[in-house]
Amino acid sequence: MIPDAGTLDAVIDGLSAVFMVVGALMSLAAAVGLLRFPDLLSRMHAATKPQVLGLFLLLAAMGLQLRTWWVWPVLLVAWIFQLLTVPVSAHMVGRAGYRTKHLHRELLSTDELEAVVQKAAAKAAREDSSDGGH
Amino acid sequence: MMQTVLAVTAVILSLAAAGAIIRIARGPSLLDRVLASDVLLAILGAALCIDMAVNRHLDNLMLLVALSVIGFIGSVTVARFVADRREQPRDS
Repeated sequence: MIPDAGTLDAVIDGLSAVFMVVGALMSLAAAVGLLRFPDLLSRMHAATKPQVLGLFLLLAAMGLQLRTWWVWPVLLVAWIFQLLTVPVSAHMVGRAGYRTKHLHRELLSTDELEAVVQKAAAKAAREDSSDGGH
Repeated sequence: MMQTVLAVTAVILSLAAAGAIIRIARGPSLLDRVLASDVLLAILGAALCIDMAVNRHLDNLMLLVALSVIGFIGSVTVARFVADRREQPRDS
């Protein structure tokens, strides 16, 4: 059975309404995470939700509401642009947070950067002592 | 139905923006504030998206892309600045 235009319209409207409410809830989840999580790295985990999944849901709702096909590639470009820039800025913020010790070490389950930092520090110390010997 | 969705999302996004602003005001470090302002920018983008979806126009799309560029440049610059500033006392 082929649904008539009115039913299809109502279904698309309902789907985009659900997308919009869930996308807005992603922002609320990020705000709750920002307020309740104890340190920078766990707050960063919460902050990513509206930037990626929230934006995707809202752009999808937009595409459904506009009822045209040519708008989807434009929305996809906007989303991919966000997808490319968000990890870079998150990396920079996380790196700066690690370097300036804005983290609770007891909350980490693993710290893979620790070994690298120790190795680099040991190497620098060795070079310093060999320079001092001359 | 769209008006109901608009009202519900307006309430949700207002609460979320209030939470992000509280974190900007309270945030113990500069990086927490940068992160919270990034979230505030994402919430503004979400509000623009919902406006476009409910009223069925595409006027804000360029503004949305510009908003994500501003968020990117802002947080990368501030993160770089924090890293440099905290490193200096250790070197000297």
